Amino acid sequence: MRKNDVVLLAHGDGGALTHELITGLFLRYFPGRTLQSLTDAAALELSGGRVAVSTDSFVVSPLFFPGGDIGKLSVCGTVNDLAVVGAKPLYLTASFLIEEGLPLAELERVVASMAAACAEAGVEIVAGDTKVVGRGNLDRLFINTTGVGLIPDGVELGYARLAPGDQILVNGPIGEHGMTILALREGFGFAGQVASDCAPLNGIIGELLAAVPGVKLMRDLTRGGLATAAKEIALAAGCDIILKEDAIPVRPEVKGAAELLGLDPLYLANEGKFMAVVPAADGEKALGVLRRHPLGQEAALIGEVCSGRGNVYLKTAFGGTKFLDMLAGTPLPRIC
Amino acid sequence: MCLGIPGKIVAVSPEEHMAEIETFGIRQRISTLLVGEVAVGEYVMVHTGYAIEKVDVAEALERIRLWEELLAHEGVFDEVPRSGDRPGTD
Amino acid sequence: MREFLTKFRDPEIARALIKDVRHLATRVADRLGRRVVLMEVCGTHTVAISRAGLRSLLGDLLDLRSGPGCPVCVTDYADVDRMVALARLPGVTVGTFGDMVRVPGSDSSLERERAAGADIRIFYSPADAVAWAAAHPERELVFLGVGFETTAPAVALSIKEAGARGLKNFSVYVNHKLVPPALMALLEDPEIKVDGFILPGHVSAIIGRRAYSFLEAFRLPAAITGFETNDILEGIRQILKMMWGKEPRVVNGYTRVVREEGNKIAQREMAAVFRVGDASWRGFGVIPGSGLTLAAPFAAFDAAARFTLPPVVPRVPAGCACGEILKGKLTPKECRLFAVACNPTSPVGPCMVSSEGACAAYYQFERHYGERANHA
Repeated sequence: MRKNDVVLLAHGDGGALTHELITGLFLRYFPGRTLQSLTDAAALELSGGRVAVSTDSFVVSPLFFPGGDIGKLSVCGTVNDLAVVGAKPLYLTASFLIEEGLPLAELERVVASMAAACAEAGVEIVAGDTKVVGRGNLDRLFINTTGVGLIPDGVELGYARLAPGDQILVNGPIGEHGMTILALREGFGFAGQVASDCAPLNGIIGELLAAVPGVKLMRDLTRGGLATAAKEIALAAGCDIILKEDAIPVRPEVKGAAELLGLDPLYLANEGKFMAVVPAADGEKALGVLRRHPLGQEAALIGEVCSGRGNVYLKTAFGGTKFLDMLAGTPLPRIC
Repeated sequence: MCLGIPGKIVAVSPEEHMAEIETFGIRQRISTLLVGEVAVGEYVMVHTGYAIEKVDVAEALERIRLWEELLAHEGVFDEVPRSGDRPGTD
Repeated sequence: MREFLTKFRDPEIARALIKDVRHLATRVADRLGRRVVLMEVCGTHTVAISRAGLRSLLGDLLDLRSGPGCPVCVTDYADVDRMVALARLPGVTVGTFGDMVRVPGSDSSLERERAAGADIRIFYSPADAVAWAAAHPERELVFLGVGFETTAPAVALSIKEAGARGLKNFSVYVNHKLVPPALMALLEDPEIKVDGFILPGHVSAIIGRRAYSFLEAFRLPAAITGFETNDILEGIRQILKMMWGKEPRVVNGYTRVVREEGNKIAQREMAAVFRVGDASWRGFGVIPGSGLTLAAPFAAFDAAARFTLPPVVPRVPAGCACGEILKGKLTPKECRLFAVACNPTSPVGPCMVSSEGACAAYYQFERHYGERANHA
């Protein structure tokens, strides 16, 4: 690969350039033996639990942002989807949809970042695909990842298990990814002062499940943020949820940027945050486990489950109560 | 309407009528055309990237003093009889 | 920052203020034989009251209503239709504040136009829109000038700036509205059932307390109020005190930002660039002298004149009762469009357009009716 090379349509036509891209880039960064064998399909050994599968497509713009990039995001997003259902993520597939003209150096940065995220999460990329489309047919680079993991015997998570009194935890401050992307995309002056929280959560979740086997449910807090996830849980479980505003961690810079734009951090996306529901008696223990992990140092107990019919209440810092509903569309900066 | 946030001036560029404010931990460049000269350390109210008025710190502190007095005397009003059509606690 | 400003959202002070407000409100409500009806005329107050959960703390004594204070919500159908028409023109980029994007017109919105291929850009500041236009001379940038007196001076400056830079590709669709004429229109109805007004703090920063002196003839108490929770409680407290003392006035409860005469520089900039004219408000109709148009020297920046738009025939479902609801003469349920032709996903009037508007809140509450008591 030369320095100023860009991706050409020919990189996706299955010929010599495709081969060069696969061997010169993907195989260089993704060292797993299954992928290196270059067969048409990966043959995987799986035993000792139920198989969990998740798929997600990543279309973030810009491709690179403080705290991460589309590559890291594409690994963490799928790893986290697997982790919150109690699975140990094992294998990923990666499908690259590339707009012709994308500098190869940028693609390499993305792939290197994916490799680093895979190493951090302990997962292996076992299959992949590359397509190149004409200029203007997509925005630079989209990545789809599909993940496979194993849910160990004995891990039983589900909405049906929720009961009044259960405690709700979050592993750290919310809203960072959403605010970072919004600030960059709309060109706000404070972009660069906030950073995405993008991180693989399987490590911290593994430790939580090991120490607190009673964990009932987990959700990662991606698009729609904490409020939407809470509402979905309440509706699916047929219970009410009460969240305590002053217990929910938000970094000052996110709070500041949100105030400036008239947005609510409760509705901003996260890429390294999850909420967990645990039995009342396990709340403090779970908090301790989370706080001992680097991705949970600012974990907090933020609310509890009560009987009801799918409402989410926020107890405000002033002692008031308000309903939280699902996100009603992409958060947009307000003047009023 | 009219989302405004208060910010502390941390840098000024008088020739461009611009200043940098800090608010809740983030910094933002704003126009000072609507408030005239500003100095580092002053507070302004910002709307859509423009300072729309200076924040009068003495007035703010006076309000806080009154509230803290209220806080200290909390409970006094409970003893005022509720009936009757007469002016209350002013 | 922070230091003293944190006191304006300090929960301890809020607790003391709530106690005092409840005490005063109990006595006033006793005397009236009903809840006290207070109206705020500012979308940011609406959101702040909702965010802090103040209705759950005061709702048994105070009926806190949202007036026509959300400038994007009161944007008339015909105006949204023209904004949509502008967005459809080849070579035109529409620049807007984010909250205008979802406001529905007769059969489209900016959000829908963007999905159909229009170039719609969200700007935090009108100055950013000018800078964008300068950097993209190949595009026509039409900025949507919505907002009340708080926003109009910033847009005025951006127009002057575009003029000074000689930009030929920048124009503004001017749809600014003025608060005092709208208040006047509400008050002139003899049947209005509002006991007091929470006046908009940042509009007032521009126009000053004196701009409301006309309110005193109506013998209704009003307080200019800031936006932190404790500011709002203080404003309510001042109104209740005036009601109890039967001394209705217009008081300034936001003295750290609002001056008697307002911001003279901002007033001068507005007067230089704009002229006062009639404006049509969604849910109200035409209110005389309640809008702004471009003054002659700046006519070149008028998007409505620069572009030839197809004639707009707004399709407004007849019977929107927002005007009556805001005056307290009808409840949302008494509007014949409520939950039939008008709901949060296809709103008709401003009370439903704003997620915090009276009808939207009522819609939400009705759906949860009976469940609220559990944890509130």
